[in-house]
Amino acid sequence: MTYLRPTIRHPESPRNALGYTRQYYEGALSTLCAGCGHDSISGAIIQACFELAIEPHRVAKLSGIGCSSKTPTYFLGNSHGFNSVHGRMPSVATGAHLANRDLIYLGISGDGDTASIGMGQFVHALRRNLNITYIVMNNGCYGLTKGQDSATADEGSVNKAGHTNPFHGIDLAGLAIELGATFVARSFSGDKGQLVPLIKAALSHQGFALIDVLSPCVTFNNNPGSTKSYDYVREHIEATAAVDYIPEKAEITAQYAEGDACVVTLHDGSRVVLRKLDPAWEPASRAAAMMRLHEARQRGEILTGVIYLEPAGRDLHAMLNTARLPLNALQEKDLCPGSSALERINAENR
Amino acid sequence: MSILVNDFVVRFANVNGTGSASANTLFAKSVFRMGIPVTPKNIFPSNIQGLPTWYEVRVNERGYLGRRAGIDLLVGVNPQSMAADVRSVRPGGYFLYDSSRPLDPTLLRDDIHYIGIPMILLCQKHFEVPRVQQLLKNMVYIGALTALLDIEMDVVKQLVVEQFRKKEKLVASNHLALDLGWQYAREHYECPLPIRVERRDKVGDHIMMSGNTACALGAIYGGATVAAWYPITPSTSVVDAFEKYAHRLRTDPETGEKKFAIVQAEDELAAMGIVIGAMWNGARAFTATSGPGVSLMNEFLGLAYFAEIPAVLIDVQRGGPSTGMPTRTQQSDILLAAYASHGDTKHPLLFPATPTECFEMTADAFDLAERLQTPVIVMTDLDLGMNEHLTPPLRWDDARRYDRGKVLDAEALESIQSWGRYLDIDGDGIPYRTIPGTHPTKGAFFTRGSSKDEYARYTEDGEAYRRNMDRLLKKWQTTRALVPAPEFFQPQANHPEAMVFFGTSTYAALEALDELRVLDIPMDAMRLRAFPFSEVVRDFLEQHERVYVVEQNRDAQMRSLLLIELGISPQKLIPVLQYDGFPITAAAIVSQIAQYHPEAADLRSSNGHSAALSAAQKH
Repeated sequence: MTYLRPTIRHPESPRNALGYTRQYYEGALSTLCAGCGHDSISGAIIQACFELAIEPHRVAKLSGIGCSSKTPTYFLGNSHGFNSVHGRMPSVATGAHLANRDLIYLGISGDGDTASIGMGQFVHALRRNLNITYIVMNNGCYGLTKGQDSATADEGSVNKAGHTNPFHGIDLAGLAIELGATFVARSFSGDKGQLVPLIKAALSHQGFALIDVLSPCVTFNNNPGSTKSYDYVREHIEATAAVDYIPEKAEITAQYAEGDACVVTLHDGSRVVLRKLDPAWEPASRAAAMMRLHEARQRGEILTGVIYLEPAGRDLHAMLNTARLPLNALQEKDLCPGSSALERINAENR
Repeated sequence: MSILVNDFVVRFANVNGTGSASANTLFAKSVFRMGIPVTPKNIFPSNIQGLPTWYEVRVNERGYLGRRAGIDLLVGVNPQSMAADVRSVRPGGYFLYDSSRPLDPTLLRDDIHYIGIPMILLCQKHFEVPRVQQLLKNMVYIGALTALLDIEMDVVKQLVVEQFRKKEKLVASNHLALDLGWQYAREHYECPLPIRVERRDKVGDHIMMSGNTACALGAIYGGATVAAWYPITPSTSVVDAFEKYAHRLRTDPETGEKKFAIVQAEDELAAMGIVIGAMWNGARAFTATSGPGVSLMNEFLGLAYFAEIPAVLIDVQRGGPSTGMPTRTQQSDILLAAYASHGDTKHPLLFPATPTECFEMTADAFDLAERLQTPVIVMTDLDLGMNEHLTPPLRWDDARRYDRGKVLDAEALESIQSWGRYLDIDGDGIPYRTIPGTHPTKGAFFTRGSSKDEYARYTEDGEAYRRNMDRLLKKWQTTRALVPAPEFFQPQANHPEAMVFFGTSTYAALEALDELRVLDIPMDAMRLRAFPFSEVVRDFLEQHERVYVVEQNRDAQMRSLLLIELGISPQKLIPVLQYDGFPITAAAIVSQIAQYHPEAADLRSSNGHSAALSAAQKH
C-alpha cells in the first residue's frame, strides 16, 4: 500500500470537458497490498470517469464486503458510496436505482462476494437487467481471511498453501450470458488499455453490464500453480477484439479494415468499436458467445474483451413502467391521494 | 332455551377452495349492515385446495370483537371434519348440515339440535352445471341462515348485487339459491331460532377491513414508492393490496406510468436490501413479511441500524418457531424484532390493535423512520392482518406534510462549512444526512456497516466507536418521546392490579376487563402501542402491585421486554398467555387471572355464564 501521495498538482494537468482534473476523481489512499490488482482497476475506473467527464455526484458506487468492496473508498471521493453487507450489494443497488433512475450506478464486488455468498442476488439483479455497471474484481481467493479458495478458483489451481482446488470454477461471464445479461465482458487488471474503454462502454450501456476482471491477489494467489497469478493470466489471455469507445458526438476517426470492425451503438448514442480478432465472432449472439467461452476454456485460454453485447434490452424501469421523474423526487401531491379518495375507500368497505 | 339476540357464534366448516369464502363473508357483512358488531375469523389450512377450513363469526351487540370459544351454530358441510365439528357445538346448540344424504348416525348427539337442508338436491333441481351446483350450495345455506337467524333478506340480496356488480348475470342465480334455502328453512323449521339477530344502530360509521389492506393504504398515504417483498403467509396480501390501490391511485391514466415500483424479490434478504437501498437514496420504501422473513432480514436490519438508514418493515406475525403454524396467529416475534441482528441493536416497534391503527401506524412509520434514520417495524399479526375487522373509518388530514427528517438539500449544503454525517449537532443523537446526487461538490460520504467516526470515515479507534454507540443510545432516548404513547383505560390509577396488553390481544382484554369487574376483580389497564417504552409505561407499572401482561406467545416476550428495558421486579409482572394459534379469548384471560383470586372462586361457580365455563368450552 501507499502511505504518501503528493498533494501538489501540476497546474497544467489535463482537464476534462467539465474542467476537472483526473485527481478530482480519486478517492482516499488505498489500504490494499502493494501490487494488488484491485488498485489497478480503481485506477481504470478513475481514468474512465475522468475521460467520460462524468459528474462525480451523479455516480453512486456500491459494494459488498471483501478486499474488492473496500475499493470504492479509493476512487470517486466526490461520489456517494455504500459499502453494504456481504453478497447483498445487488439488492441495495436495485433499491437505490428504483429510487432514482437518473444516477449512474457502479457496483463493485469480488469473487467471494458475487459467486458464493452473493450468488442469489447477483443472478436476480442480472435477470432484472438492472441498469448498473457491475465490476467483479476476481482473484479466485478470499484475501481478508488469508487466502481460502473462492468459487471462481479454477479446478486444479494450486493456492499458496499448496492445496489443489478439486472443484469446478464458476465462470461468471458464461453464467451472465446464460441468465440474460445484456453486456458481458472480461478483462485483466494488468491491461488498462483494454479495461478503460470497457468500463466506459459499460457505464454508457443501459442495462446490466458485467465486467469480470481478473485481478491477481499478490499476497495469497500469485504463486506458481495458481491460474489467477499475474504470470499465468498474462500467458493465457486471448482477446475477442480490441475495444475502442467512441463518445456520442465524436467522429470515428480511426481506420478499420473492412469486415473486421463491428460498431455497436449504445443507448446514449456512444459507440463501441470492436476490432475483431476472429472475423466469425458475433457479439450479439448469445449462443456464439457461449461457444467461444467454452472453446477458449478447452484451449486453456482466458477470453477477454466484450464477449456479449445487446444494446437494445429493456432495463428494470422499462419493464416496471415507472415514472420518468425519479421516484425520490415525487412529492406529497404526487403520492398522497388525499382525504376524499380515502372517504370513497371507506364507503366501499361498509 | 333462552333467547340469545345478537350474542352468538356461528362457525362454518368448509372444504378449502370450494368458493365458501365469499358466501361466508356475505353472512358476516349482512349482520354488519344490520348495524350489529360482528367479528369474522378465517381459520384456514396451509393448503390450496381440499383440506378443512373454518370461518367463525361472532355476533355481539355489546361490541366485544375478540374471539369467543363455544359454538352456538355450526354449518357443517365438510365430511372430513364433520365428526369433530359436531363435537364442537356447545350443548343446546345447532348443527346445520346438507341433508341431501342421510346423516351418519354416529354423528348424532342428543344434546344439540340438527337442522337438515337438502342443499345439493335443491341445487340439482334448479341449476344445470355441476360446478354451479357446488358453488350455489353455499348460497343455499346462507339463505337458510337468513331465515333461521332472522337476517333481513333485502340486506343479503343487496350485498349480492354489489358483489357481482361486474358480473350481473350471476345475481339472479345467487338470489334464487338464497331463496331456496330460505324457503326450505321456513317450511321445515320454526324460524327464527332462539339465537337470532335484530337490527341495531351499533356500528356507526365503522368499516369492515383487514389489517393488511389498511397497512397497504397506510403505505400509499405515507408516500411509499418502492415496495420489495417475498411472498409469505400471512403478509402477502399487504403487497397485493398495495399494488391494487397503487394501480388505482398512482398510475398515470394517459401514459400508464407508475409512481411506484414493486419488486418481488428473490428472498427476504433482498427485499430488505431493496428497501434500504431505496431509502438511502431518498425514496420511501417498505417490505412486508412474517417471522421467517424477519429472521432472514436480521443482517440488513443491523446494517440499517448502524449505518442509520430509514426502513419500514411490516411484520405480520404467525405461529413460530421455524415454519411453525403458518396459517395461525401469534404475537411471538416481539423479542426477535426488538433486538434484530447481532451486536447491540434495538429497533422501534409499533403495535397496532385495529385496521385503523394499521393504516395510521404504517403511514407514521415512514415519518418515524426518516426522522430517526432507522428501521421501524409495524408489528401486526395474522388475526389482524388477514381477517376483516369492524374498525373506525380511515382518516387523513390533507394539511399533513411528510416528515422527511434531517435531510440536507443543496441549499443547506451550500451554506454549511463543515458537515459530518454522524455529528450530533442538535443533542438529540440524530445526525444530518444527505441524499446522493444532491450537490455537485458537497455532501458525498461513504455509507458503511463498519465502525466510523463522526465524519463517516472508517475507524477502528475504540473511543470513536464508543462515542458513536453512545450517540445511537441517545437517539434511542429521543425515540421514546416520538413513538405513540400507551392508551389507558381509566383516568388515574384506581386499583392495585392492572392489565397490560397490545395488538390483537386488546379485543379479548377489554372484554375480560368487563368480565373481571363482574367477578369483583376490577383492575386498571394499559395498552402498549410502541417500543421503546416511554416513562409513563414505567410509571404505570410502578403504580400497581401486580400487573398481568397479556400476550399470544409461550415465553411472555413482552413481559421480558418490559423487564429488560424498565428494570421492573419480575415478581410483579404476571404472564397471561395463549399460544395455540387461535386468537386469544376473554375467557382465557379471565381464567388465568382468576387463579390469583381464590376469593372469587365461589362467585365464578355460581355464575351460569362464567369465565370458567367458557374456558372449558374451548375447542
